[in-house]
Amino acid sequence: MTGNRLSGPLHDVAGDAGYDAAHPPRVGFFTDTSVCIGCKACEVACKEWNGLPDPEPGDLLLTGMSYDNTGALGANAWRHVAFIEQERPLLAPAADDADGADGQDGGATRWLMASDVCKHCTHAACLDVCPTGALVRTEFATVIVQHDICNGCAYCVSACPFGVIDRREGDGRAFKCTMCYDRLRGDMEPACATACPTDSIQFGPLDELRAIAQTRLDDLHEAGVAEARLYGADPGDGIGGAGAFFLLLDEPEVYGLPPDPVVTTRDLPSMWRRAGVAAAMLAAGVAVAFAGRRP
Amino acid sequence: MSEVKQVPEAEFGSYYGRPLLKMPRWKEPHLPAYLFLGGLSGASAVMGAAAAATGHRPLRRAGRLTAVAAALGGTGFLIAELGRPERFLNMLRVAKPTSPMSMGSWLLAAHSSLAGAAAASEVTGVAPVLGAAAGAGSAVTGPLLATYAGVLLANTAVPAWHKAYRQLPFLFAGSAMASAGAAGLAATALAPGRERVPAARLAVLGAVIDVAVSRDLERRGGLTAETYHQGGAGQMMRAAQWLMPAGAIAALAAPRSRVAALAAAGLLAGGSLATRFGVFRAGPASVADPKYVVAAQRPGGRG
Repeated sequence: MTGNRLSGPLHDVAGDAGYDAAHPPRVGFFTDTSVCIGCKACEVACKEWNGLPDPEPGDLLLTGMSYDNTGALGANAWRHVAFIEQERPLLAPAADDADGADGQDGGATRWLMASDVCKHCTHAACLDVCPTGALVRTEFATVIVQHDICNGCAYCVSACPFGVIDRREGDGRAFKCTMCYDRLRGDMEPACATACPTDSIQFGPLDELRAIAQTRLDDLHEAGVAEARLYGADPGDGIGGAGAFFLLLDEPEVYGLPPDPVVTTRDLPSMWRRAGVAAAMLAAGVAVAFAGRRP
Repeated sequence: MSEVKQVPEAEFGSYYGRPLLKMPRWKEPHLPAYLFLGGLSGASAVMGAAAAATGHRPLRRAGRLTAVAAALGGTGFLIAELGRPERFLNMLRVAKPTSPMSMGSWLLAAHSSLAGAAAASEVTGVAPVLGAAAGAGSAVTGPLLATYAGVLLANTAVPAWHKAYRQLPFLFAGSAMASAGAAGLAATALAPGRERVPAARLAVLGAVIDVAVSRDLERRGGLTAETYHQGGAGQMMRAAQWLMPAGAIAALAAPRSRVAALAAAGLLAGGSLATRFGVFRAGPASVADPKYVVAAQRPGGRG
């Protein structure tokens, strides 16, 4: 056991959850958005493998958000490819490109594409707040919902700092990415990573993925892509590092990702203390109201 | 150049303006009604126990009966809130301190049982000693039931709720005291005026705490505090800021006036409900606009 049960770096996530030393290494996704081509093969493979239902008839809308008609992750979309069209130079502006400054020819479209997914947080708020124990940590250190337990209280929906998990309309239970737990148990890669034609979605032991990502980031910086950054790769961040992390080419919020999320349970001990003090205040207030001689 | 603002508005990028978080699935009136009834039940149980200890029979009866009725009503709203209501008992499958809803379910179960036993003894006259013991026990579970609800909302990623985690337990404590005082005043409206004195004091104390903590919450909340001023949440918070003081003034006159007692009861119950609806509504409002999430997470962000 370590001291960081609610927040902070945690070396052995599955071990902390109670699995013995023989558990498999922590696995994850490294989604390198710099090579995503927006084909949505991940979305399709995920839907097919996991048998996710069709959208409700009313949901079959054209959103006007570039090629994105999925909109966001949810109970029925466990991979979501974001499309962002930006009027700006393709890469870092060249220093001698003075002609571009007048706006006539400096506005090439940069098209960002990124496949979002559940982050499988080191400190998963959804799991922490689940009152039934339906959300559990697997031996791979991923987070899944046990659908024979979930009673649809929706606490996880409000607790997730990434807006990932949601309750399915008409079903009443919460659903999200399992990192294809069934495939992992069978020594197979998750469907999305298997289907990805450009290796934008890489699956493997998290330690290895973090090393690969750092190399890729260094290469991009060397090539002049100064805006490249890793998102969710730092075990020191507000969620103790993500099991599914990303290489982005702009601010996280541009992709619909919160810039620096913090697991809500970090502050929970302080909250409980305050609830205790407030309860004592309530009891003392009643005592005061009844104190003194009867009039 | 007259259109150029002196201080440019903070700019946040976003993905087509979409929320960064999921909108809370909790709905009205279920969740705010549960918050109100849980607080009413908890504070009423303490009022009943204190009345039993000091020989105020009408308030003892009012406290015990209100405690069980509100606990059962609140439980009903909580179950109706579930996506799979028939699986409500799964709430008692585990006990998790990291889940305020788990802790709250156990609290609610214990509190309802104790308050139910005290009320049954009150009504039937059977086993008064056991009834008093159960009532005393419900005076321990009651305050926790009233204040844990602040943790229930605060322990989320919802900016308006999470950022208020320092104030919410105290706000709900004050609001619960005011509502229990209101129940006591209503129940003793026909009794001699001196029997209403403790309930009137409790009501005034609760109203003062509610108003003071609300002010603190709205002043310290930074950018996110906007959500408590605007829209449906703002309406409810402003209503509470009028109802509570008005109810407190009426409560001061309640020992001498039955009309004042009933007026105070109505005003304070309304104020207590308005506080819960106001706090609840600020949550979705703070998710709907992604700027509140981003502002809270940017270095130096005022959130």
